[in-house]
Amino acid sequence: MRFSGWRVLREGLTGNKGWKPHWRDPEPKSEYDVVIIGGGGHGLATAYYLAKEHGITNVAVLEKGYLGGGNVGRNTTIVRANYYLPGNSEFYSHSLKLWEGMEQDLNYNAMMSQRGIINLFHNDGQRDAAVRRGNAIVNQGDDAELLSREQVRKLAPFLNFENNRFPIMGGLMQRRAGTARHDAVAWGYARGADMRGVDLIQNCEVTGIDVEGGKVVGVQTVRGPIRAKKVALAAAGRSGQVAAMAGLTLPVESHVLQAFVSEGLKPIVDHVITFAEGHLYISQSDKGGLVFGSYLDFYSSYAARGNLPMVEHTMETFVAMVPAVSKARLLRSWGGIMDMTPDGSPIIDHSPIDGLYLNCGWCYGGFKATPGSGSVYAHLIATDRPHGAAARFKLDRFRSGAGLMDEEGTGAQHNLH
Amino acid sequence: MRITCPLCGERDRREFYYKGAALVRPAEGADLDVWHGYVNLRENPAGPLDELWYHEMGCNSWLKVTRDTATHEILAVQLASEAGLGGET
Repeated sequence: MRFSGWRVLREGLTGNKGWKPHWRDPEPKSEYDVVIIGGGGHGLATAYYLAKEHGITNVAVLEKGYLGGGNVGRNTTIVRANYYLPGNSEFYSHSLKLWEGMEQDLNYNAMMSQRGIINLFHNDGQRDAAVRRGNAIVNQGDDAELLSREQVRKLAPFLNFENNRFPIMGGLMQRRAGTARHDAVAWGYARGADMRGVDLIQNCEVTGIDVEGGKVVGVQTVRGPIRAKKVALAAAGRSGQVAAMAGLTLPVESHVLQAFVSEGLKPIVDHVITFAEGHLYISQSDKGGLVFGSYLDFYSSYAARGNLPMVEHTMETFVAMVPAVSKARLLRSWGGIMDMTPDGSPIIDHSPIDGLYLNCGWCYGGFKATPGSGSVYAHLIATDRPHGAAARFKLDRFRSGAGLMDEEGTGAQHNLH
Repeated sequence: MRITCPLCGERDRREFYYKGAALVRPAEGADLDVWHGYVNLRENPAGPLDELWYHEMGCNSWLKVTRDTATHEILAVQLASEAGLGGET
């Protein structure tokens, strides 16, 4: 079933009776070449690229709940490639290019909207850092533009330019950045993988990983054992528990990150805007809700809900920067479970167990990484060599201390990211 | 979330700074792998976890707090100095 304007028109005229489920609901087979644990954005994208780029279709994605029910449906939908450090910068550059061709590739409307991101700066030090980061981005062939205070005012006149403590001195803009419909990304990859023969198996929690003689041979699930030549983790905030089934301890702490949506408002915020004071990021959805978030709650959590102090901090920052929203009501908030590494950058690597692969540590950057992560992870699983764009996402960098990617410069330590 | 400090009583989460899992500090000359485990690796349980919290806006005590990471329930609190976590005193 292909989607097209013509198809939408025809279905509209015939009572929408021709639409079929987007993917099958197969029973698990007893053996696969590759089993992917986790049916979120990264797991589904990995399955898709395994099938499409590497011709490996005897693949199962095992999901303990429903497809896309985790962080891929719980984020603030921002897509960007404005990282500074080698390792991160080429990876997110690779990922953004895949975002740009994703809808055509998947024949699926992910509502990719390259509305641009503006990172505001409020003092000379932040401005210097923005210039330096912008130059690094431009030098590797991506786009970045330094905006003056007046240029920012033209694009976002509703910001508080009179704030004495955090004056807006300008912003670093990346016009190719933007937002995408997060659920549709998961569904698009699910459909694409399913069409190429991948089995997407929901309500299938993995309860054990079978290792024999240092090599992975399969998994135990609530729907019975499944043998596998290769097993790939893509379990995000639950990575620690899944890895523990294979006897591994990861350099990962799971934290809660809250996100918020206001009531629907008329169009006001045309871009994604981030404030360097308080790490706030906002955008406006097509329904009119302002979608925003700020820091982690800063304590380990699997509760998928946060505490009020961070709600208060986020609202204070938002109202300080956009006084016009002070009368808008908050519609809802929720929390996602973030797999935080000591240096704030991810891990895509072999594990110490033969045939078991790791994809974790996405911190709060997992959504924009979705296509890139799927692509490079599929490459690693298929060829046993790291993809060039993810060669620095090594597991052993924490043990050796070499190759740490501490984007914020706060120190490679668990409680600082 | 409220934490009952042994010295100050029940206080708001805002008064406390979070350090992370309360692990026993290795000896100075310990093997690299032991330090790697202490600095980087985490059991990261979804359930009760021993953690270090610092009563930054109260008595400045380091506390060992046992907290359920799945529910945020505080199960036990004691002074870290009495918890036998090692390190210089």
